[in-house]
Amino acid sequence: MSGTYQPPNTSSRDDIKEGNVIYYTCGDCAVRVPLEPSAPIRCQKCGARVLYKERTKRMVQFEAR
Amino acid sequence: MPHKPPTQEELERRKIVGINLETVTNVTATDFPGNYPGEDHSWDIEKFRQGFNVEIHQNDPYEASFSLIGCDASIANAFRRIMIADVPTLAIDQVFIYNNKSVIQDEVLASRLGLIPFTGGREGLRDFLKWRPKDGEPKDYDTVGLELNVKCEHNPDAGPNETDPTKLYKHAHVYAKDIVFHPQGRQVEYFSGENAIRPVNPDILIAKLRPGQEIDVKMHMIKGVGSNHAKFSPVATASYRILPVIQITQPILGRDAEKFAKCFPAGVIGLEKVTKAEAKQKGSGYEGHEGEPKAVVVAPERDTVSRECLRHAEFKDKVKLGRKRDHFIFLVESTGQIESEAIFLESVQHLKAKAKNLEKQLVNMVR
Repeated sequence: MSGTYQPPNTSSRDDIKEGNVIYYTCGDCAVRVPLEPSAPIRCQKCGARVLYKERTKRMVQFEAR
Repeated sequence: MPHKPPTQEELERRKIVGINLETVTNVTATDFPGNYPGEDHSWDIEKFRQGFNVEIHQNDPYEASFSLIGCDASIANAFRRIMIADVPTLAIDQVFIYNNKSVIQDEVLASRLGLIPFTGGREGLRDFLKWRPKDGEPKDYDTVGLELNVKCEHNPDAGPNETDPTKLYKHAHVYAKDIVFHPQGRQVEYFSGENAIRPVNPDILIAKLRPGQEIDVKMHMIKGVGSNHAKFSPVATASYRILPVIQITQPILGRDAEKFAKCFPAGVIGLEKVTKAEAKQKGSGYEGHEGEPKAVVVAPERDTVSRECLRHAEFKDKVKLGRKRDHFIFLVESTGQIESEAIFLESVQHLKAKAKNLEKQLVNMVR
């Protein structure tokens, strides 16, 4: 089970752009929370202050062995 | 003293492996040149042709049983090994995981996907698809693309007291049938309609999801052989047994016969009534037993050769167990990509090709 990890692409971080929202997962109610760069870290649905980063969409390649 | 040619009886006897209470005797074949002085046992294609025979017992798409009679163990074993390790099939080899939020880890998911048997148009699989070179770009003739993209969500139609996750959520279970085949280039000609690449068993469970979880993967299938990885093996089992031989040397009658039949799996030993003619025959052991049941061998091929009958003192000297050395009962169980029958035929082709290749090299060596 050897997976080939794709090295992270550090040159262009297009995830964080001006005015771009990033989605987080609420630690309490598991709802997807959109957050702007300067917004307070808080779930809009239940008010919880613990948010988790979502898994990156970066592709990982594996051999099916 | 001139050498006497062996009688037919003697030739038959040489083929039987003796199975005794605690020993197995006469295990090796003796029909090779020089073993019996004055007898010619050199291999001859005509002799082989006359003695060789194939019997088919069962021929279902996913399970076939047949006998190869009159060949050496090395040949039978070569076919078995080729079926397991050298007949090529198509299987998922590379998994590109774009997203996997399920509880199954990426590498475990990839491994599970690889083991799912797929099938598709025979012609396309056999003739159109070629081996993928080690360092080549995927081409339509060597790589098949699949995609699995499922997302689990709440089911708004579920009742308030519903507890079954499959009804409570959409896509709570990810099955092999959720995998979508994307034909590329000329694959449309070979793999469309009923010839499409599809899982043999659509209900194989790949993962379980909960709302908010999703799996988004692309897969590449390539042609490979079982010696490279078991997922490429076209057979679930390909095995052979050697035909058991049960010889009843002295009559087994009455209650003994019933007990004798119970020493074997059902159907191996049958009970027949002793006939008038047999009872009249002197020295046959049947005198005065007309109408009594006697044990007869009905289907020795179904015996497991447990030797149970030899443990009982009353049968010890009345029966001889053995196996016929040159009778191989094959059982070929297909995983579904290639039909069982075709797997065996392909193994024959493969052995032939290997022999031809060896011959070519031998010729070069001698030159």
